[in-house]
Amino acid sequence: MPLRDRTLGWGLAAPALLWTVAFFVVPFVVMGAMSLATLDGRTLVWGLSLSNYAEIADKAYIWRAILVSLEITLTVTALSVLLAYPLAWIIAFRVPQRWQRLALLLAILPFWTSYVVRSYAWLLVLAREGVVNQTLMTLGLIAEPITLANTRIATVTGFVHFFVMLLTLTIFANLVQLSPNYRRAAMDLGANAFQTFWHVVLPLTLPGIVTGAFLTFVLCIGDYITPQILGGNNELTVPQVIMVQLGRRADFPLASALAIVLMGLVTLAYLACARWLRLDRI
Amino acid sequence: MMRAAPWLYLVAAFVFIYLPVGALVLFSFQGGSLPVPPFDGPSLQWYGDILSDDDLTDALRNSLIVAVGSAAVACALGFLAAYALARFVLPGAALMRGLLIAPLTVSYLIVGLGLLMVLQRLGLGLSLWTAGIGHVVINLPLCFAIIYASMGAQQQNAERAARDLGANEAQVILLITAPMLAPAILAAFFLSVTLSWDEFIIAFLLTRFDITLPVEIWSMLRSGLSPRLNAIGSLVFLVSVTAVLLLEILVFRKRA
Repeated sequence: MPLRDRTLGWGLAAPALLWTVAFFVVPFVVMGAMSLATLDGRTLVWGLSLSNYAEIADKAYIWRAILVSLEITLTVTALSVLLAYPLAWIIAFRVPQRWQRLALLLAILPFWTSYVVRSYAWLLVLAREGVVNQTLMTLGLIAEPITLANTRIATVTGFVHFFVMLLTLTIFANLVQLSPNYRRAAMDLGANAFQTFWHVVLPLTLPGIVTGAFLTFVLCIGDYITPQILGGNNELTVPQVIMVQLGRRADFPLASALAIVLMGLVTLAYLACARWLRLDRI
Repeated sequence: MMRAAPWLYLVAAFVFIYLPVGALVLFSFQGGSLPVPPFDGPSLQWYGDILSDDDLTDALRNSLIVAVGSAAVACALGFLAAYALARFVLPGAALMRGLLIAPLTVSYLIVGLGLLMVLQRLGLGLSLWTAGIGHVVINLPLCFAIIYASMGAQQQNAERAARDLGANEAQVILLITAPMLAPAILAAFFLSVTLSWDEFIIAFLLTRFDITLPVEIWSMLRSGLSPRLNAIGSLVFLVSVTAVLLLEILVFRKRA
C-alpha cells in the first residue's frame, strides 16, 4: 500500500481510536485523579491527597474485603481448573469424534445464561427450601435444612459453575490442537497413561491452562453480582465495598481508590503468570 | 469400573452444569407462588404474568435496542479500525492495537465507574444512550480483535484486483472486504449482542429511568424467590441460546 494513502488509514482507524480514548482512557484518567481527591462533607476537593489509600490501609473491613476477594478468587480458580480439565479431556479424547462438537456445545450452553439469572438459578438450588435441601431431606440424609445460600459456599459454587464452562472451552481447544503423535511417542517409549499425561500432555497444555486461569482470576475478582446475590452481605468482596461507597455514601474518591487497588491485584496476578500467558491465543 | 469412570464424570459434570438451568426452567411452570419443590405444575400463569407486566416488557425492549445498537456500532468501528491497521502501514500501529484491546483487561465495574464519573462531571443525564456507549466500549475490543484476526492475504488479493478494475476505496471496503469477512463480522456482532444483552453492572451504573432487563431482574430479585423471575429468566435464556445456535449454524457450520 503506497504511503500517500496514510491519511485514509488514519481516517478509518480514527472513529474506533477516538471512541476508546473518549470513553475509556479519559474516564480512566479521571478515575485516577478522583482517587487522589477528597470529600469535604459532600463537596469534592481535587488535589493530590493519598488519604483514600491511607483509609484503605487503615480500615479493617476493607482489608477483610481484599482478603475475602483473594480467597474466593483463588479457590474458584483452582477448583475450576481441577474440575474443567478432566471434562475437557473426556470430551476431547473419550467422546467419539462425531459427537464431540455437540458435547462441547452442550457443556457450555448455560454459559450464555444471563449472569444475573444464573446466580438467581443457583439461589433456587441452594435456598433453604431449595432443590438440594429438599432432595437431601427426602433421602433422609439430613433432618433439618442446611444453610447454603448467603454463604461463601454459595458464592464459590456459582462462580465455579460459570468458570468450569469457560475453562472447559479453552482447555478443550488446547487439547485438540495437540498432535496425537506426542502421546503416541510417549507411549512407544514406555510411558504409562499417567506418565504420558504428567510429563508430556500437561506441560504442553500449561500455557492454555494458565491463560484460562488468569481470565478466571480477572473476571472473578471484579464481579459484583455473584457474591452479592449468592454470598449476601455476611462478608463483602472488594466490588461489593465499591458499590456500597457509591450507593450509600456517594464517596467517589474512595470508590476510585478501591478500583485502582483492584486493578493492582489483577496486575499482580498478571505478573505472576506472565511467563506462561498467551493472551493472543484466547 | 475404570472404563466407566470417564462416563460417570461426564454425567456428573452435566448434572452440575444443568442443575441451576433445569431448576430455573422447571419451576417457571410452577403452579404455586414459590419456585421450590414439590413441583405442582405445569402452569403457564407466570409467563402470562410477566408478558402483561409493562415494566418488564419495556425493559426487554430497552435491552434489545441497546444490544443491537451497541453491537452494530462496535462492529462498524471495529471493522474500520481492523481494515486500517491490516491494510495500511501506520506509524504506532502496535500502540493503536494495544489501545483498542486495552478495555478487555479492565473489569466492567471499573469501566462503568469511570464513565459514570465523567458523565457526572459533564452534567450529562443517564439514559439508554449512556449504557449503549459503555457497551460499545467493552465490545469494541472483541469486534476489532475477531475481525482483525480474520483479515488475510486472500481478501487482499481480491481487493487489489478490484482496485485495478477501477473500484474506489469505499467500493473496495463495502463490496469486497466486508462481504468476504461476513462470517467474522457476524460472529463479532452476535457475540456483542449476547454480551450487551446480558450485561448488568455498566447498565446498572449508567441508566436511571429507562432500564435494561438485567437491571429490572436485579430489582425484582430484592423481593426474593418468585416464579415470575423463573419465567423471565427462562425467556432470557431462550433468547441467548437462540443467538448462540444461530451463530453456530450460520457461521461455524459453513466453515466445517
